[in-house]
Amino acid sequence: MGQYIFKRLLGLVPVLLGITLAVFLLLRFIPGDPAIVLAGERATPDQIAALREQLGLNKPLLFQYFAFLGNLLQLNFGNSLISGIPVIDEIRTRWTATFELAIAAMLIAITIGIPAGVMAAVRKNRWLDQVLMAGSLLGVSIPVYWLGLLLVYLFAVTLNWLPPSGRIGIESGLNFQPITGFYVLDSLLRLNLPVFSDVVSHLVLPALTLSTIPFAIVARITRSAMLDVLNQDYIRTAKAKGVPDRLVIFRHALKNALLPINTTIGLQFGTLLGGAILTETIFSWSGIGSWIYDGILARDYPVVQGGVVFIAVVFVVINLLVDLSYAWVDPRIQYR
Amino acid sequence: MELQPQAIQRFRKSLSGKIGLGLTIALVLLALLAPLLRPYNLAADQSYVTRLIAPSAAHPFGTDGLGRDLLTLVWYGIRTSLLISLVSVGFGTGIGLVLGVMAGYFRGWLDTIVGWLTDILLAFPSILLAIVIVTVTSPSLQSVIIAVGIVQIPIYIRLTRSVVLSLREQEFVQAAKALGATPFWIIWRHILPASLSPLVVQATLSIGTATLEAAGLGFLGLGAQPPTPELGTMLADAFKGGYALSAPWTTIFPGLVITLIVLAFNLLGDGLRDGLDPRS
Repeated sequence: MGQYIFKRLLGLVPVLLGITLAVFLLLRFIPGDPAIVLAGERATPDQIAALREQLGLNKPLLFQYFAFLGNLLQLNFGNSLISGIPVIDEIRTRWTATFELAIAAMLIAITIGIPAGVMAAVRKNRWLDQVLMAGSLLGVSIPVYWLGLLLVYLFAVTLNWLPPSGRIGIESGLNFQPITGFYVLDSLLRLNLPVFSDVVSHLVLPALTLSTIPFAIVARITRSAMLDVLNQDYIRTAKAKGVPDRLVIFRHALKNALLPINTTIGLQFGTLLGGAILTETIFSWSGIGSWIYDGILARDYPVVQGGVVFIAVVFVVINLLVDLSYAWVDPRIQYR
Repeated sequence: MELQPQAIQRFRKSLSGKIGLGLTIALVLLALLAPLLRPYNLAADQSYVTRLIAPSAAHPFGTDGLGRDLLTLVWYGIRTSLLISLVSVGFGTGIGLVLGVMAGYFRGWLDTIVGWLTDILLAFPSILLAIVIVTVTSPSLQSVIIAVGIVQIPIYIRLTRSVVLSLREQEFVQAAKALGATPFWIIWRHILPASLSPLVVQATLSIGTATLEAAGLGFLGLGAQPPTPELGTMLADAFKGGYALSAPWTTIFPGLVITLIVLAFNLLGDGLRDGLDPRS
């Protein structure tokens, strides 16, 4: 197992190099002089010359790439052109917002998706199965940004039940000191119930919006994994022995169907981080996604570059962890 | 891929396939007929007088923030959407197919490099990769097509490579090799026809994903630029113009149509899978 993990980690190196190379080269593709673009519209010729020197733009491309890589390894992503704040500091304060949203969305997807998949499998080809699967098909077909707008229109504007945007209300925000950056957790740690309910009410709509695709996929995978298991001999044996249906389904079948479901959940979590860019934009959620989006609109390249590298690296690492946990959970998998 | 009678029969039994096919034909017809049946001229018929009118007999879908008839806009939006997704999926499938076949058939260093490229492309969440590509090439209809197409490439590399890997060990391929057939001939006559079924199913499903991604880019302001009517851009206009909530029809209809397009191709893909690839 140790050797397997080492091998997989080693395999990560060329991919990470490729990611950084891709982002580096993409930035060179921007039409015009990168120094002029990076320095912004109000820069003087002296500033541009200084930046060109600083970026090493007069040096060979390969040299520039290694310099870029060296900076990344020291977590030096440069400064935002607009705010001047170091990109790494922005990532530090914002990643928790994106993760909190993604975790909440995943929890919703799991708590609705797994029971839906189980019910669909048990009632295969009956109307309940068809309704649930139609629902899951709709879940992967509906644009999340549109669903977000509809939810805001219904729950925030018409019914006035939930706030339309943001992570925390103005009043709560004034008297609240975050600890970890995960607001739901922090409000509990501070035993501050009013802030807790405020933070949760801000989280509901974006999390619900972001959860539609993972919900649909989890429900479909659960259904097919359950169907595979329900056809096994030991299930028939259990039924023949007179084990009650409920026990057969939950203790015998679901337990064994959980493996592919787990993998799907892990892989979907990585995708959620990328998908968050649209959801965060609609709900003005102060995470990595909306920050990259603002960076794109403002042509703030260090922000785009840092944010994209961050998300890609996290995405790759999460997928690796999922693979490793899969190998760890299922002893039948051989490490090669 | 020969269309066996059993495949057609299995497809005809699939309810989702039939609904999907019907919807797809309807959407394609609507897109083709748009220039013939236009109640309003998008360029000429815009004025602040007709701004944000609620749905009525004259404007069944209402009007947008520039006073344009939303039905006409959405109608043309279907054209743009189908154009982007069909061309980009064709582009992604084509490149992915060539790379996947070469990697799977010739193995060796070529396989290693293609595998590395695939891993890198898959390391970026797809919408993020598309966003970066469009940002760098500056937003336009062409760059959206290229971006959404590039995002599809790794899926097809993986798919064709795995099919080719299993096919190249089959006896009919070995026999062709023994008879002295060139690699090109073997790929063209034996491997490609046998790998088409899973590709057709995947490509149909990809059209749905491509539509969502292209409209997502439009929603972020990175889609086809005005005056090209684009469904995601219509949502963005309503959202940024601040009338998404006060004039809900400006968001309901474009979004509904995007959903319908994606749903049509997802249903069709499901049906094709039932017909062409009954094992999965």
